[in-house]
Amino acid sequence: MEVLLAVVVGILYAAGFYMIMRRSIVKLILGLGLLGHASNMFIFTIGRVMRGNPPVMPHGHDVLTQPYADPLPQAFILTAIVIGFGVQAFATVLVKRAYQTVGTDDFDQMISTDQP
Amino acid sequence: MNILLILPIIIPFITGIILILAWNNRPFQRAFSVVGAAALLIAGLALLRDVWQNGIQVAQMGGWPAPFGITLVADLLSCIMVILGGIMVLSIGIYSLMDVDKGRESFGYYPLLHILMMGISGSFLTGDLFNLYVWFEVMLMSSFVLLVLGGERNQLEGGIKYVTLNLLSSAIFLAAVGAMYGLVGTVNMADLAVMVQRGEQAGIIQTLATMFLIAFGIKAAIFPLFFWLPSSYHTPPAGVSAIFAGLLTKVGVYTLIRVFTLIFILDVGYTHTIILVLAGFTMVSGVLGAATQNEMRRILSFHIISQIGYMIMGLGLYTPLALAGSVFYIMHHIIVKANLFLVSGVVNRLRGTYQLKKLGGLYRVYPMLGVLFLIPAFSLAGVPPLSGFWAKFALIRAALEIDSYLIVAAALVVSLLTLFSMTKIWGEVFWKADPAEHPETEENPPLSQLAYLIIPIAGLALITVSIGLFSEPFFALAIDAAKQLLNPAEYIQAVNPVVGGSL
Repeated sequence: MEVLLAVVVGILYAAGFYMIMRRSIVKLILGLGLLGHASNMFIFTIGRVMRGNPPVMPHGHDVLTQPYADPLPQAFILTAIVIGFGVQAFATVLVKRAYQTVGTDDFDQMISTDQP
Repeated sequence: MNILLILPIIIPFITGIILILAWNNRPFQRAFSVVGAAALLIAGLALLRDVWQNGIQVAQMGGWPAPFGITLVADLLSCIMVILGGIMVLSIGIYSLMDVDKGRESFGYYPLLHILMMGISGSFLTGDLFNLYVWFEVMLMSSFVLLVLGGERNQLEGGIKYVTLNLLSSAIFLAAVGAMYGLVGTVNMADLAVMVQRGEQAGIIQTLATMFLIAFGIKAAIFPLFFWLPSSYHTPPAGVSAIFAGLLTKVGVYTLIRVFTLIFILDVGYTHTIILVLAGFTMVSGVLGAATQNEMRRILSFHIISQIGYMIMGLGLYTPLALAGSVFYIMHHIIVKANLFLVSGVVNRLRGTYQLKKLGGLYRVYPMLGVLFLIPAFSLAGVPPLSGFWAKFALIRAALEIDSYLIVAAALVVSLLTLFSMTKIWGEVFWKADPAEHPETEENPPLSQLAYLIIPIAGLALITVSIGLFSEPFFALAIDAAKQLLNPAEYIQAVNPVVGGSL
């Protein structure tokens, strides 16, 4: 399972970086989304993928039942997904506005802020 | 629990919420924004007083003891940064009253400014890596909107570059935090410091250190990750430029200093040498970039990069004096840099352009403005007795003490080139004859009509001069902050007395 997930994470990173380096700003948005997914999957994988009991102490005990699953990576991912969703929505609108204002979706045309 | 630690986060938050509720009441928004900014500054000063007297202050959120809950920690460096943030937002709050147009004000400029401050204060005060990620995102989201608010072509183009690079940095940072958790099972910084110092799996730790260096390096705009900065910082209104230039990259520098003095100190010879080399390249490439520019704010943007090099240099040298130099440099730089952007905004308002070729003759009409530009400009270049001189003096002396002559040479040459750039702006904007013909009466309003713009500039100039003339108390503060940074046990002990006691 870990190997499969590791390969998926690698593919997501590669695809994300490839899309970011394309000239079209629409593909840039897709690339940023893929990168976010790659990071989330990475945390999921590296936070130990395992079957286990829920990390809740049974009534009357003061230790967890072994083996228990670690909930924290999921909590990280959930937070990151929520934040990523907001940022993604903003970036999509930004790209749309930029396309309307500049009149192109080609990065090589968007150089007016880099003129000395 | 110490309530003072929460105030710098909660004050901008409440201010922002009240400003959002008063969405259509612009006069109230303008007045209350300044009040909230002043309250943040006062809270920062109160926090510094407390930390100065009683040592590092800690607040465990929700009553969960570290490392299980989120911890807020204030050491001297955090306090200094929060105060500088307060000074910045107060200056920009006043400046914006005149600088920001009605359209931007009615689309939530002031609430955004305060939510931005909440993210920045949170980043300075948190003692938890994942929490730091969340504060970063709060800060980034508001900075994205502030950058493109107004929707001009330049802003949107610059915005795309800024958003892309910052999201990339966030993705790397998030992955690094996740990997750190997978490796040692905690994200509490003090706890991490203890775990990492056990020296297990040093190879992976070194890799993660590099990931953090890249993630924070993009935010701090160090070489070779700075390209987003000069293509975006000159696009929004001058007030927004100023707070970005003053504070945002310094959040990156702060986090670099934090993790590379607290957590990743296992192999200083390796990581900190990389940082020192990067510092040298950052200084040189920034100042050379500035030399080729002909737009006032783009010159200043490139100078941010070269100045970041000096701050990182102190971290790379990793001696008490060098770190104190870095802290002092941050204090000096935030104030001076923001002030230069504010002056450029006044120039743009008077003449309608930032292009050096189209400007000129301002000294003849506005001698006072010329003086107000010269103070931060000379301070940036490091002319005694202004604040920049003492900052550079400390760093160079620290480098000489450990025989790092190469970085000393780089720092001195860059300093000279900075002076060249500043005299270039001075010559082109203030000294040479005005290329355009202006009717004497029509386009030259007296400076007193621009009071909201001039008051913050004069205030910041006064701070620069005071830091320069009475540098001893400020330097003593920087030295103490550096001592705290170099003694992580104190930090760990404050956060988690159980673990800290066994060190």
